[in-house]
Amino acid sequence: MLDPYKIREDFPILKRKVNDNPLIYFDNAATSQKPRQVIEAIKDFYENHNANVHRAVHTLSQEATELYETAHEEVARFINAKGMEETVFVRGTTEAINLVAYAWGLHNLKRGDEIVVTLMEHHSNIVPWEMIAALRKASVKYCEINDDGTLNYESMENLMSKKTKMVCVSHVSNVTGVVNDVKRVVKLAHENGAWALVDGAQSVPHMPVNVKELDADFLAFSGHKMLGPTGIGVLYGKKDILERMEPFHGGGEMIREVSFNPKTKHCKISWNVLPWKFEAGTPNVCGAVGLMEAIRYLERIGMGNVKAHEEVLTKYAIPRIESCKKAKIYGTRDTSVKCGMIPFGIEGLSSHDVALFLDNYGIMVRSGFHCAQPLHEMFKLSSSARASFYVYNTREEIDRFIEVLKEIGQF
Amino acid sequence: MVTVDDYVARTEGTCGKEQDVIVIFKFEKKDEAVKRILVKATLKKSIAGIVFELTFKNFSFRLYGSGKAIFRDLKNKEELNALLSELLT
Repeated sequence: MLDPYKIREDFPILKRKVNDNPLIYFDNAATSQKPRQVIEAIKDFYENHNANVHRAVHTLSQEATELYETAHEEVARFINAKGMEETVFVRGTTEAINLVAYAWGLHNLKRGDEIVVTLMEHHSNIVPWEMIAALRKASVKYCEINDDGTLNYESMENLMSKKTKMVCVSHVSNVTGVVNDVKRVVKLAHENGAWALVDGAQSVPHMPVNVKELDADFLAFSGHKMLGPTGIGVLYGKKDILERMEPFHGGGEMIREVSFNPKTKHCKISWNVLPWKFEAGTPNVCGAVGLMEAIRYLERIGMGNVKAHEEVLTKYAIPRIESCKKAKIYGTRDTSVKCGMIPFGIEGLSSHDVALFLDNYGIMVRSGFHCAQPLHEMFKLSSSARASFYVYNTREEIDRFIEVLKEIGQF
Repeated sequence: MVTVDDYVARTEGTCGKEQDVIVIFKFEKKDEAVKRILVKATLKKSIAGIVFELTFKNFSFRLYGSGKAIFRDLKNKEELNALLSELLT
């Protein structure tokens, strides 16, 4: 097991007070805090190694390139991809999904084709598909979910057909924390000749994820939710699929050659090798360095330990939240099928009131739709409050959270 | 002359079906803003002197000692500004 008290020493922000109370940070599903090691790595990069990467011969560029490429390799190893040719750096999960939607969808979808998503998806795994479907006269089909927020696999099976070209599913719901059996969904997609994209924004930071085991064609995740900086994320894609895909953005870095033909008065362009084909322009080198350090930090803890710690906290929190007057947890309470996040409400109060009340006591939770409006509509909720845990959270913090929730219940 | 901008740092529409607006007061002026509002609005309920359920001209809202307030059922930004103007100036 991990020691959250020791881990907390690495997070400078956790020492601060908010509204004269010690900070309790329970908004980890939105973004995580950063350990000193990540902050130092970013500082060290800018103080000692900053340069643009690739195609320069000077020392600093060589150092920056080495760091940037090593970051790709480390990400690949972290998720058990074949190598850096399968790990494309993007701004975050949203850009990763848009990359697939446009670079693949624009060139491969045709009238009548179908994309299957689920009703529990984050908007970033719905909107790009609706946009590309509208452009290509294809359609998006929505897999239902059960009353407890778990995926309805029967609905998924019924939706799949030879028309299905892409199946998009979150590994872990960003609202309920439900962990989907994505291996099963990927298998179903492949049996129907479709590709499968897994939104790993809420799984990669919190549990061991092995792309070979999942057999997913794509996996998207963000650095900032896993102790890394904002503005860096990853699109994993199977090498043979990425090779067959057209690029997303055009510009420098993603080309091998741009040669002007005076006869045709056009440029002949050929693409760079993977993963650079999908990384147009100067990349977020420093973000990659920060992400690499975050991965090293998580690996020292062990992803199995991260998962176990969050399960302990969730098991601890659920009955205590339920014991609070007027409090209600949404979705399943079964911690064997969910990660460390708990959506809840207090009868008679909006989620924003609850969040503001907690904020008054230095406790940070999120309120609203959490970019998952269809799921809230299914639950018939106008919004929800969400507490989400990570490696530095403790039972004592949950105790304090419960004390304040009990106070809110009296309001 | 005192204006709403002297007190308000930011207003933010909430995410969700409720069309609530959160008003965040400037840190250095938050205590003064809370005091001014408490003088003008009618107190319905409070907890530990840090959360106040208030009404003012048929509008109900909550005010937090941390320097934030949440207003409900407002038609538009103009209505919010008029309300804040009456409460703060």
